[in-house]
Amino acid sequence: MPMLEGIGLSCIRDDRLLFEELTFKLVSGQILLLEGKNGSGKTSLLRILCGFREPDAGEIRWCGDAVNDSQFLAQMAYVGHLDGVKRELTVLENLKIALALGNTGHYSIDEALSKVHLAGYDDVLVQALSAGQKRRLSLARLLITSNVLWILDEPFTSLDKQGIALIEALMTEHCANGGMIVLTSHHEIELHDVDVQRINLS
Amino acid sequence: MFLIPDPVGRFFHRMASPPHFYAFTERLMPWLVSLFVLLTVAGLYGGLYLAPADYQQGDSYRIIYIHVPSAWMSLFIYVVMAIAGAIGLVWRIKLAEIVAISSAPVGASFTFIALVTGSLWGKPMWGTWWVWDARLTSELILLFLYLGVIGLYGAIDDKRTASRAVAILALVGVVNIPVIHYSVEWWNTLHQGPTVTKMDKPSIHVSMLIPLLLMALSFKFYYLIALLQRTRTELLLRERNAQWVKTMILGSKQ
Amino acid sequence: MSLSHAFFAIIRRDLVLALRRRSEIANPLLFFVLVITLFPLGIGAQPHLLQAIAPGIIWVSALLAAMLSLDSLFRSDFDDGSLEQILLSPQPTTVLVLGKIIAHWLVTGLPLLIVAPLLAVFLGMPSHSLGILLLTLLLGTPVLSLIGAIGVALTVGLRRGGMILSLLVLPLYVPVLIFAGNAVQMASAGLPVDAQINILTSILFMSLVLVPLPVAAALKMSIN
Repeated sequence: MPMLEGIGLSCIRDDRLLFEELTFKLVSGQILLLEGKNGSGKTSLLRILCGFREPDAGEIRWCGDAVNDSQFLAQMAYVGHLDGVKRELTVLENLKIALALGNTGHYSIDEALSKVHLAGYDDVLVQALSAGQKRRLSLARLLITSNVLWILDEPFTSLDKQGIALIEALMTEHCANGGMIVLTSHHEIELHDVDVQRINLS
Repeated sequence: MFLIPDPVGRFFHRMASPPHFYAFTERLMPWLVSLFVLLTVAGLYGGLYLAPADYQQGDSYRIIYIHVPSAWMSLFIYVVMAIAGAIGLVWRIKLAEIVAISSAPVGASFTFIALVTGSLWGKPMWGTWWVWDARLTSELILLFLYLGVIGLYGAIDDKRTASRAVAILALVGVVNIPVIHYSVEWWNTLHQGPTVTKMDKPSIHVSMLIPLLLMALSFKFYYLIALLQRTRTELLLRERNAQWVKTMILGSKQ
Repeated sequence: MSLSHAFFAIIRRDLVLALRRRSEIANPLLFFVLVITLFPLGIGAQPHLLQAIAPGIIWVSALLAAMLSLDSLFRSDFDDGSLEQILLSPQPTTVLVLGKIIAHWLVTGLPLLIVAPLLAVFLGMPSHSLGILLLTLLLGTPVLSLIGAIGVALTVGLRRGGMILSLLVLPLYVPVLIFAGNAVQMASAGLPVDAQINILTSILFMSLVLVPLPVAAALKMSIN
């Protein structure tokens, strides 16, 4: 059974101790919500989980073993501050690249686009999209590739009420299907029937 | 990390512990300095006073007692830097990272000295300050490689990241140096062949060779001293928030 | 999805992007032509002089043009977060990165080959050396893209990486410059150049195999 553990994690940035001795355990169907002020190390923790940063102490475990890159990467997906989509490519081209880089997932590209309310935008250049649409496009990546763990950095940024409700529904669905999510958010999230753990980093 | 045999792992672990390293090198330092002074005095005395003048070059050849060991050191230090960098990259040992970057300025200085003394030597020999001779040119490119390492380290704010960048660059450099060296040699086969390393028939008289080897050894010790001093300073700087640094500094004040 | 699918998808993506941004192709090419035009103006247009230094001029300009174009290799991917997604792909980063470098060469290196005959005529190179000039460019410019990729991967996270990039990359370009420049010179004099071509070929294959490793490591370092 998929399981993500952080054991005794600490992170020092520019001489400042952001967090130390942080331990958590996340299993299928759970959400880990990271809370805290700006600069409290939420993003740093997410980037440590992605393997972009090394923790200054501690260890990340996936299914009980120290993270092994290709195996772990095949089961996770990340949406960060940056959308990770190319402005000069169309919506469809962007998703095709995402699909080529990952493994085929639950939804087809068309299904995913209609799920995030971008149906009919296939051939529109990303530079013509609004910030909220771009955000939804980058979240569509989560649906077309196969993954268990979602790592989301402020997924609700630049989304309207409808968009937020949409993402919350997607997250609930993902957890119901046995997925797990680590996310940071300024917004209070409203999720029903989902086991949400909270870590406050401040 | 789990593949290293145990005793090796233990040795690395012990030497890689900053407080242990700091205390150990402090005790080592006086010995290193005395050896360095002894070797330098003996080498210079032998080279500048005891060794006979060259029958072709007169006394001007005596600059080899600085030039040749510097040139040797310039390459040696680059290799040390790459090895230390690799150790730092693979086993994530902070101390190895610091050794790698602390080597760079010392290596660059030796390279610079080799270039300047080579050019000083060239003046009476070739009648001009600079000749596009294969070895001087290689040395010049080596200097650029060193400056690249130092520049890159300086440009990256986060020093742990910078150390990794330096290690990658040093490894790339060390793979490239033979190719660069060979290409430059090929480009210009003007210079006299290597004189010292011909083991079968040494073309340099033994009274000249001994001081040269003494100087080479003395330069090694100088490097070691400079390296340890730099490493210790850098270590204090990076570990300034660690408990052992605080205890040591407060302890010495009382 | 298979590895080869990802590899070709990356190449196709970067080619499409380059076509939609065109200046990426045009700028290094214009720079290459411009620098070579400056030499006769700077040193005088005596045919003998130009002929003698033509191989060197063309190759030094190619080196500078290649370096100028390097920044576009990872910059936009770094800025918009695509690089994070590439590094998070379960496919080996080394292969994906190689795809990016190949696409970059097709866009910035290959065009140099197309204008080179024109420039050889400008500089009065004998026509029998043209084939060798093109061959050295074909073998040498991919090496420039490959080695340059290490430099950009190390500096892409820096706000002002330009100056430091040239310091990192140009010394490593020396062997290519020497063997390629020399091959063209010898060919102009009607001498055989097999040795130089063989060496350039082996440098190319060595770089193809070895370069992706440090590039992938450096990108991981830069993204942090």
